[in-house]
Amino acid sequence: MTGTALLFLVLGLGLIAWIAGRARAAAFVRSAKGGPRGTVNSLPYYHGWFVAICSIAPALVFMFIWQSISPSLVTNMVLSAPAAADLPQDGFARAAILSEARAIAQGFQTAAFQGESEKLVPLYQGALAYYQWIGVAATLVLFFAGGAFAFTRIKPDFRARSKVERIVMFGLLVASLIAILTTLGIFASLIFESWRFFSMVSPFEFLFGTEWNPKSTVTPGADNGYGAIPLFWGTIFIGAIIAMVVAIPLGLMSAIFLTQYASATVRKWMKPILEILAGVPTVVYGYFAALTVAPAVRDFAVMLGVSNAASDNALAAGIVMGVMIIPLVSSMSDDSIAAVPNAMRDGSLAMGATKSETIKKVLLPAALPGVVGGVLLAVSRAIGETMIVVMAAGYTANLTANPFATITTVTVQIVALLTGDQDFGSPHTLAAFALGLALFVTTFFLNYVALRAVKKYREAYE
Amino acid sequence: MSNAIMEPTPTDWNGQIMQKRIAGRYAAERRFKAMGFLAVALSTLFLAFLLFTMMGQGLRGFQRTEIAVDFDFPALTSGATAASISGPNADAALNSMDIPGIVELAVSEQYGELSEGLLTTGAAGNARQMLLDNPSLVTAKQQLWLPVDSRLDVAFKRDGEPAAEQTVAALAQKDALRTGFNWTFLTGADATDPSAVGIWAAFKGSLMTMVITLMLAFPVGILAALYLEEYAAKNKLTDIIEVSINNLAAVPSIIFGLLGLAVFLTMFGMPRSSALVGGLTLALMTMPVIVIAGRNAVKSVPPSIRDAALGIGASPVQVVFHHVLPLALPGILTGTIIGMARALGETAPLLMIGMRAFIPAAPEGFTEATTALPVQIYLWSDEVNQGFVEKTSAAIIVLLIFLLGMNALAIYLRNRFETRW
Repeated sequence: MTGTALLFLVLGLGLIAWIAGRARAAAFVRSAKGGPRGTVNSLPYYHGWFVAICSIAPALVFMFIWQSISPSLVTNMVLSAPAAADLPQDGFARAAILSEARAIAQGFQTAAFQGESEKLVPLYQGALAYYQWIGVAATLVLFFAGGAFAFTRIKPDFRARSKVERIVMFGLLVASLIAILTTLGIFASLIFESWRFFSMVSPFEFLFGTEWNPKSTVTPGADNGYGAIPLFWGTIFIGAIIAMVVAIPLGLMSAIFLTQYASATVRKWMKPILEILAGVPTVVYGYFAALTVAPAVRDFAVMLGVSNAASDNALAAGIVMGVMIIPLVSSMSDDSIAAVPNAMRDGSLAMGATKSETIKKVLLPAALPGVVGGVLLAVSRAIGETMIVVMAAGYTANLTANPFATITTVTVQIVALLTGDQDFGSPHTLAAFALGLALFVTTFFLNYVALRAVKKYREAYE
Repeated sequence: MSNAIMEPTPTDWNGQIMQKRIAGRYAAERRFKAMGFLAVALSTLFLAFLLFTMMGQGLRGFQRTEIAVDFDFPALTSGATAASISGPNADAALNSMDIPGIVELAVSEQYGELSEGLLTTGAAGNARQMLLDNPSLVTAKQQLWLPVDSRLDVAFKRDGEPAAEQTVAALAQKDALRTGFNWTFLTGADATDPSAVGIWAAFKGSLMTMVITLMLAFPVGILAALYLEEYAAKNKLTDIIEVSINNLAAVPSIIFGLLGLAVFLTMFGMPRSSALVGGLTLALMTMPVIVIAGRNAVKSVPPSIRDAALGIGASPVQVVFHHVLPLALPGILTGTIIGMARALGETAPLLMIGMRAFIPAAPEGFTEATTALPVQIYLWSDEVNQGFVEKTSAAIIVLLIFLLGMNALAIYLRNRFETRW
């Protein structure tokens, strides 16, 4: 019986439990009809929920725990069999054979590439079946134990509603804690893998080295080509400089035009059209940048007399990324300008200033913290953007300020390092996590500052 | 002591200096307005250019070039009858007929030296399907239209390699080529030959991934939003939850991919590049979006409704689940659809969890290796073969249609059900 089938079985039985609990409570209500009012504390369906939850919850929790511990139990059982005694002692080769045998036994894979794993398949099948039946049996026992316990508790004066509501509140809390768990999961996995990486490659080389040419085997103390400065520079150059040169003027001026000058009809149509720019998937932008914009930029560079213009130049990726960011800058500026009190604007206009003078001298300075916050958010979005740079910018690390040259970024290198059949513990894979950590910390910091700035600014005018 | 106050001379607004100054200020005003207009126009133009380019190339991807091939079925199949290739044994009968051999023979008889590499790899399969759909074809001489090889396809539609252009010119002279609708593109899977590729497998993979994402992110997102907005006490824990959610909403998507790789694949050992892992990863990414949208929707339900329900004796849980949640649902749904649209177009996290392999068949289950539509676009965009350019754009058109449809649905829901209190 597979996990999915068991899950549906448990849920189906849970429905029966719900009906049973409800029916029992309903019987009390009927018999209490002639008696004094209020003898049945809760509505019947609360009793139903109580029985259903008491039977399903333990079974599901057990299934979840079993799912994570049964693989190691299965592996232990296989290893303790005599046929497994002549497996190679080397940990990596051993793990490869075991995982292949397991994949075949579970039907994920049809043929064995390693001879040894063939022998282990029947062992694995036996062990899997053995523990699977233990799991199913234990799940069902827990289900019926929980259900029986709850069912016997149903009495006219049983406070089923408050019990169910306490469980609901608990569920709500758990759902909100998932956000914390995710953040912690990101942090823990990035820190853990980066730590493994930095035990192989010195953090100083990573943070201050200027040569990025990662070798797959590292020698401690020597230069291994893991200097990330060119990547950091490339990320800043494309995401924070070129893209912002495009996005800030266009986004800010669009917001000003749409909020201050455009008629209501124009505004009503143009705003959603600009929003579409944010809704286009980045892989589409990347394809467009690589196919259309990059060759055009290169031709332009050649026309200008730049001889070494690359076809995967930084400018094309930066421009397209900037266009993608326009709606973000625009809507953030829009919000901050709208939050400036009307009295300030009216005062300026009453003094005889023109509209543009009011915008430039009164509205924008007043809205500046909000606009800056929006720009910071945009920068954080741009440096974490992956597909545009993967498809349009290059893979060669290059410490240059020439926008027509090939420049690589942190995200491109994460993708590049995790491509191919790398073993998870190799320095290449771990380096990707170190780059991810750098990216995460930077964007976290930018977002934090940006949100603080925007919040403080809002409060100032409220 | 003369402290006579100097009477200020009134500004001479009609004087030349002042008139010039005002004209200058008005000119600046017009310039500023024009700049704003230019910004909007440029952004819109860029969007139009992008869509136009994709359309221009992509529409060709839905078409294929077909060539007329004459089959002398009675001779080629040594007397198969309509009855022998229909009914329950049709598959076995067709398999024993060696259709690829028959097709090859027919083509080489008809086109001689041109026949080398004339048909696409899937052409025999197409012929087989035609026979399966209409067994009576086999009883007589027939002319069937079969898709040609990608090189010729490109050459027939626009400029291809010189050799292919020559072949196409020769074939066109015989009036043997026509343009047909490429059904394979909508029903097929990835292939090495661009004229045989299809997006169905990738689309199905995307759909299955989205199912997992929705099943996880939607309930968790709603519950978290209700908790934070309705019940959470103002304390440290709530603050941490809020910071986490706001931060997660802005974390680069590739980081979620790294999380999926480290936790779901390496730690839990879930099947690589499966819809399950993709869905889990995207669910973590979509959940904060739903929470934030949900909180705004819950916040906009007026307190008088809560007070009224509490006043007639509802418990706090009943107030929220019987009254607040139904009223906030349209807003939550709008946010969910927008979050799902974002997840549907997301590529980077899926690449991290291994969804970049060549998968030539549609997935049958949630744990099978699959690909997704945006990933397929990325993979095709990397191909050197010219025939993939139009296929990539065509796949982009399909993706954009779905995204625009979802966004339009969100806007419709918002306008239809949004209540202004």
